[in-house]
Amino acid sequence: MSETIYTLQDFMTQTKGIVYILVVGYLIGFTAFWCFLFRRDKKED
Amino acid sequence: MTDHAIKRPLFSPFNIISAIIVIAGLPLVYLRFTGGLGAVTNLDHTNPWGIWIGFDLLTGVALAAGGYVTAAAVELFGMKKFHAAVRPAILTGFLGYSLVVFALLFDVGRPWRLPYPFVVSQGVTSIMFEVGACVGLYLTVLFLEFSPAALEWLGLKKIRKIIVRLTILLTVLGVVLSTLHQSSLGAMFLIAPWKLHPLWYSTYLPVFFFVSSIAAGLSMVLFEATLSHKHFHDKMDKGYLEASNHVVYGFGRAAALVLAGYFAIKVFGLAMGNHWDLLFTGYGYWFQLEMIGFILFPCFLFAVGSRDKNKKLIRFAAFWTVLGIMLNRLNISFFCFNYHLPASERYVPHWMEIGISVFVVTIGLIVFRFIVTRMPILYHHPDYPEEH
Repeated sequence: MSETIYTLQDFMTQTKGIVYILVVGYLIGFTAFWCFLFRRDKKED
Repeated sequence: MTDHAIKRPLFSPFNIISAIIVIAGLPLVYLRFTGGLGAVTNLDHTNPWGIWIGFDLLTGVALAAGGYVTAAAVELFGMKKFHAAVRPAILTGFLGYSLVVFALLFDVGRPWRLPYPFVVSQGVTSIMFEVGACVGLYLTVLFLEFSPAALEWLGLKKIRKIIVRLTILLTVLGVVLSTLHQSSLGAMFLIAPWKLHPLWYSTYLPVFFFVSSIAAGLSMVLFEATLSHKHFHDKMDKGYLEASNHVVYGFGRAAALVLAGYFAIKVFGLAMGNHWDLLFTGYGYWFQLEMIGFILFPCFLFAVGSRDKNKKLIRFAAFWTVLGIMLNRLNISFFCFNYHLPASERYVPHWMEIGISVFVVTIGLIVFRFIVTRMPILYHHPDYPEEH
């Protein structure tokens, strides 16, 4: 992560790439979190 | 006026302690307005914003967000089961914003110029104008939203009827103005990228401030309800007590979801700045404490508490989130601001600054207590049984 980045193009490619991976991970994690919060209610219904 | 007020002893611990604080604070107030800012603060040109901005204003505005969050949920999104929470939330918001403006009178060098942005020099290119205009307008909106309770207490039915008809309009205005200035408070720090530590600085600061204000508002409503249950239980009617379970579980669940989103966008902000290498420095460990200890941890507590219907856990999580929001605002405006300066040039609040902040908060608590013990905030007024 801490290696020198020389151009804005490289910086954007790296940071955007990491953010896209994080967003995909977050969407999967948030779905699991949603199920954790609401599954018990559905069972009770 | 109703005689719902129950006689309370004059020399109660609350009255005695608050009287001592107010009496001790009056000389500090006198010193501030006769000797100027230099007489009571450690503020200077390098550090013009101290705890009166970091605590009284930034934290105060965030914690007062419960008003627009609750009103929007009930009046705009139709979540009527949370209706019992609206009046306490609006009152907390109204008093919170009133205290912000009251505290600004101490912090602004020439307080009589506070109305200048409205009437003398607008300065519309400044983000400060937007903050000032929105806070001023939203305080007016909150006053109007709160006024039905005061008008019921005073028995002014006709004026109350007119204002109640404006509820939807006032709620929409409240949401719009809050969205604008909650985010603008974060935007104020966008002009100082070299002063604020990179782990807290982000071009998404306005988004962070807005999203965290929703979590702060939900948590503050829960925290305030906890204190009200403890100290004003006798003022609560059956309807309020029955609805309180819905409020605790519903707001707890909402806070869990909002905090999960807030944590994610903070991580995205970190990734966009590519500041991963700073995570394992001194400030990095402090940042991790805020992220894990005061965002992820209460998020988990809210989730478990609302899933298992554990009120105590949710109330603790609300208290912890309030602390976390306070820590975040103080980090941005105080602990991690001017971080590159040597320790000798860093700002440390003068004890009189802290004293005046305590004085301001105490005034707020006294007014809150006065209103809750007299006006129909936690109970339905008998003359308007179906209209709350």
